[in-house]
Amino acid sequence: MKSGAVSKALANGAIWGFIILQLIFFSVAGEYLSLSDKAFMDWENMLLLLKQSAPIGIIAMGMTLVMVNGNIDLSVGATFAIAAIVMLDSMTWPIFAGLGDGVIPIAWLLALTAGTVLGALNGLIVWKTGVDAFIVTLGSMLGYRGIVFMFNGENPTSHLNWTLVDFAEAEFLGLATASWFLLLVTFAIWFLMTKTVHGRNAYAIGDNREAAVNAGIRVGPHMMINFAIIGFLAALSAVVFYSESGSVNPNDGQLYELWVITAVVLGGTKITGGAGNVIGTFGGVIAIQLLRKGLGHIGADTSTVNLVIGLILIAVLFLDRQLNVKGKEELKV
Amino acid sequence: MSDMSQNASNLREGMMASMSKQQIGRVLAKQGILIAFAVFMIAFAIASPKFLSVDNVFSVVRSSAIIGVMALGVTFVVISGNLDLSVGSMMSFSTIVVLDLHDKLGPALAIPAMFAMTLCLGAFIGFLVGYLRLNSLIVTLGMLSAIHGLTLTYSGGQNMDIADKEGTWFSVFGQGTALGIPVPILIFLILAALLGMVLAKTPFGRKVYAVGGNGTAATFSGIPRARTVFYCYLISATCVATAGLIQASRSLGSQNTVGQGLELEVLAAVILGGASLLGGSGTVFKTVIGVLILGFIQNGLLLMGLQFYVQFVVTWIIIILAVWLDIAAKRGKLWSPIA
Amino acid sequence: MTDVKPVLRLEDIVKTFPGVRALDGVSFSVLPGEVHALMGENGAGKSTLMKVLGGIYQPDGGAIFMGDQQVVMAGPLEAKAKGVMFIHQELSLAAELSVAENIYLGELPRKSFGRVDWAKLTEQTDAILKKLNVSFDAKTRVGDLSIANQQMVEIARALTVDAKAVIFDEPTASLTDAEKVVLFDVIADLKRDGVGIIYISHRMEEIFKITDRISVLRDGQYQGTVNTADSTEESITQMMIGRKLDLSRNASHHELGDVALEVRGLSCGKLYQDVNFEVRRGEVVGFYGLVGAGRTEIAETLFGLREPSEGQILLDGQEVRIHSPADAISRGISLVPEDRKGQGLVLGMNCRDNMTLPQVDDLKAGPFVAEGAEVAIFDQYRDRLDIRTPGWRAQAGNLSGGNQQKIVIGKWLSMHPNLLIVDEPTRGIDVGSKSEIHKLLRELAAQGYAVMVISSEMPEVLHVSDRIIAMYSGRVMRTFNSEEVTEDSLIKAISGLSDDKAA
Repeated sequence: MKSGAVSKALANGAIWGFIILQLIFFSVAGEYLSLSDKAFMDWENMLLLLKQSAPIGIIAMGMTLVMVNGNIDLSVGATFAIAAIVMLDSMTWPIFAGLGDGVIPIAWLLALTAGTVLGALNGLIVWKTGVDAFIVTLGSMLGYRGIVFMFNGENPTSHLNWTLVDFAEAEFLGLATASWFLLLVTFAIWFLMTKTVHGRNAYAIGDNREAAVNAGIRVGPHMMINFAIIGFLAALSAVVFYSESGSVNPNDGQLYELWVITAVVLGGTKITGGAGNVIGTFGGVIAIQLLRKGLGHIGADTSTVNLVIGLILIAVLFLDRQLNVKGKEELKV
Repeated sequence: MSDMSQNASNLREGMMASMSKQQIGRVLAKQGILIAFAVFMIAFAIASPKFLSVDNVFSVVRSSAIIGVMALGVTFVVISGNLDLSVGSMMSFSTIVVLDLHDKLGPALAIPAMFAMTLCLGAFIGFLVGYLRLNSLIVTLGMLSAIHGLTLTYSGGQNMDIADKEGTWFSVFGQGTALGIPVPILIFLILAALLGMVLAKTPFGRKVYAVGGNGTAATFSGIPRARTVFYCYLISATCVATAGLIQASRSLGSQNTVGQGLELEVLAAVILGGASLLGGSGTVFKTVIGVLILGFIQNGLLLMGLQFYVQFVVTWIIIILAVWLDIAAKRGKLWSPIA
Repeated sequence: MTDVKPVLRLEDIVKTFPGVRALDGVSFSVLPGEVHALMGENGAGKSTLMKVLGGIYQPDGGAIFMGDQQVVMAGPLEAKAKGVMFIHQELSLAAELSVAENIYLGELPRKSFGRVDWAKLTEQTDAILKKLNVSFDAKTRVGDLSIANQQMVEIARALTVDAKAVIFDEPTASLTDAEKVVLFDVIADLKRDGVGIIYISHRMEEIFKITDRISVLRDGQYQGTVNTADSTEESITQMMIGRKLDLSRNASHHELGDVALEVRGLSCGKLYQDVNFEVRRGEVVGFYGLVGAGRTEIAETLFGLREPSEGQILLDGQEVRIHSPADAISRGISLVPEDRKGQGLVLGMNCRDNMTLPQVDDLKAGPFVAEGAEVAIFDQYRDRLDIRTPGWRAQAGNLSGGNQQKIVIGKWLSMHPNLLIVDEPTRGIDVGSKSEIHKLLRELAAQGYAVMVISSEMPEVLHVSDRIIAMYSGRVMRTFNSEEVTEDSLIKAISGLSDDKAA
């Protein structure tokens, strides 16, 4: 029973080994290569890393749920951008004028609702048409991006609300707002996936869909709920991030789906569904951010980061395959 | 004995009944994309008289040529049951490399050198997916990132420009005309005809369908599954290199991100053409239709005075409708049986 | 017994598929506290009947009664709600989930906020596992269990509800003797509680040990129900085989040719060990044994799909190494595989392309496939094998099982092989096609082909073979000549029992 040995090992902590290895490597290499005198494993630096992980990390938690369920969502980057625009734009709508800072929760609510609805729409289409989630979300990735442009054409949408900026830049117990959101979301999805009936059913559906159907689990609603959750989280990620920056370009969030999927796969989630957990994904998110920062620390540029991350993703897949070869007796098909 | 002939006649009746129903479904599924194409063309032609003018048609096909050439290669990969998400960043690589080498080696050497380098990347992916049997989605996702990094490393993050833009014959691939037809269109059509024949008429093409349709059965019929998939990625890389050549020749200068995001447009065109992501179905001809639909929609909506982003939304709806109707025709039910 | 109301009664169930009448008027009833065996050859309709009972198929005619009430099984859930539980031969478990979650799949106990009530779940599961006397606990991941233990999880599922009828489909196929004892105890418990049990198995020994009555299906038709105590293996076999299919013994009357294939000391890891045999031209050699005895694996090795760990393969006296199917094909070996839809055909391809697939490289006109030559080959084998299709353009997936199998056979006959291996050639196809394929195999031998037939159906092996090689657990137990073989000795050989006459 060695099936998925590496993904299992990754899920069970190998990703943390990888993170520690990176920390050691970058600390040591930084001594010789880094231009700055600051140590890599500086506490400030690590806290910043956690904060910078938040946008991708929050979405990655939702992606873990969707992929464990046996689907995939390529439209998260576009949903991210839509939610950002809805939040920033709605604060300037005349009907909300005169609310003062009371507009903030309304803008958040509108943005989160938009994300949830768009996610649920993906789920509904997957459920009712039976078209593969890959194609459905590939389509909506284009479609949702089109909606983004409808707001302001190719111009950025900006609105700075200083109360909001203060909130986003606040720190509580030493952690930035974004970091808190990442931790809270991680906990919430961990709870959902390990403790609730819905979460366990999501695993069962991804693992053996026919068995789940025969056991009377309603596959469609479960999938739709999970898509709604990832839509919500994409919006939450946007809301947290743009509260601070206050300006969104219509192309923002592009390629987010790729980063998110990379983090999830690195974290040990099986691409075919049924296996994976958010703790591993959390590790995957941190590992990627660490790699970005670490390579920057030793003077490598973004190009090296892209190269290294791509190759690591392939290497993980390769190792998993090698450990699963059953030996010479295996049927050569 | 009477039992047996009874059985036989039951058999025939049952078969006929199921065939005719299936056939209607299949005809619909097969021609749906052409019908949609015709409807679009007529609607746009009525809405805007300029739409079907020679100039406009040329300009649409020419601007679709880059996506189109890549879609031809991806068609092979998809029919073999795999995905290629790396074509966009691979095209950036080809474009940057050929522009760089143009000034260093001269165009006559730069072009083959660029093709060789791009083919190496294709061979690497083909090896990973074909021989090592790694999941093509993840491999090409990784390669998307890795090749992008490679391109940036190669260019040092700088835009690449040809020094003498006026004096080079290199511009012919993107800007020239032959027989009154723009060269990119010629390249696209010739490549489409060539690859269409390879896929539909040659033993290799037959193997691609067999491997994508049922890889195990193909193996049990003595077909080298790994090698077939490997060649599909080589074909894809060749097409990408050609697209990179057209792009470089058209602009004679380029950013590192010129191909970013194109992989999804390419895939959309292939899916629109009716190729199933499960493998085993699709044709080059239908992919060309898919490419043209995307191109003409974009153009038609612009001519109607609509903004370019409306095209995104329309494409989304069309892709889902096309695939949905396709599988609905196959299962004989509009709505999915998912509980 | 007459005053007891049956828990489950089937009346005149009919189910047809395009091309096949899978069930044709099946009626029998299961009494409370009865173990009722359902027997029949592969393809006799047992699994179709079970799917009708389980609500996966809807019958075209007839009715199902539970107690006095007629019921309609609209789906798997409804069958379960009515107290009809299945223990499937093919496991339907989620490997990544725990034992407890699998047992209560779809009905995990809930607490507030949609949480799983783990305490209750574990407690309930432990109670059931205790009854089954197994070595694993509720929290074990199912993927970490042996196949036999996974089977026990399936069985545990049936005990979670107040079942009125439990259907066991070949439950002992992967169990050890000790595990079988546990299983039979469970069945005895269910029986004591008044549950009606349908027990599907090929193993006569078990049938006579635990069942009360036996119902037999043949080619989708109900053959009758008998008391186990009043029957013998012979009488049951008689009912199962009938006289509909000509299955008389059939030794060759023609001269045998040279040795086409010789296998010496061939082993492949744990799959099979030290296998020796030869096949002559003009001879049909049957391979008989239970599923997992290593027969298919030998065929796959000869076809270049597995690397042998030891031993030699000689073709026409020359030692060869076969590394790939392409290798095997170039040496004149053809394999009609066991799994027609998974291994034999590309279902989405048309009939012609399927048939010429292995030789598509050789049928060339310039760089292109010579489609005219392909159509000619298709026409030739369509006529020879009497394949009924609307034309070569028909998708292979739309044909009936028998015609699909003929396409696969045609595919390999058109290669003119020196050695033809057919694995389960008539599994799941109708009687007409079955006897045609049997006749064809005999004809091929008469024409000088060397033929290996792997089959799990004893009458078929007896009917078509000149010699029969009996395998058990990866080893050749005995080779029989067609004159000396008896059903009894054959069964003993494939069950691993020693026979007085065994060499």
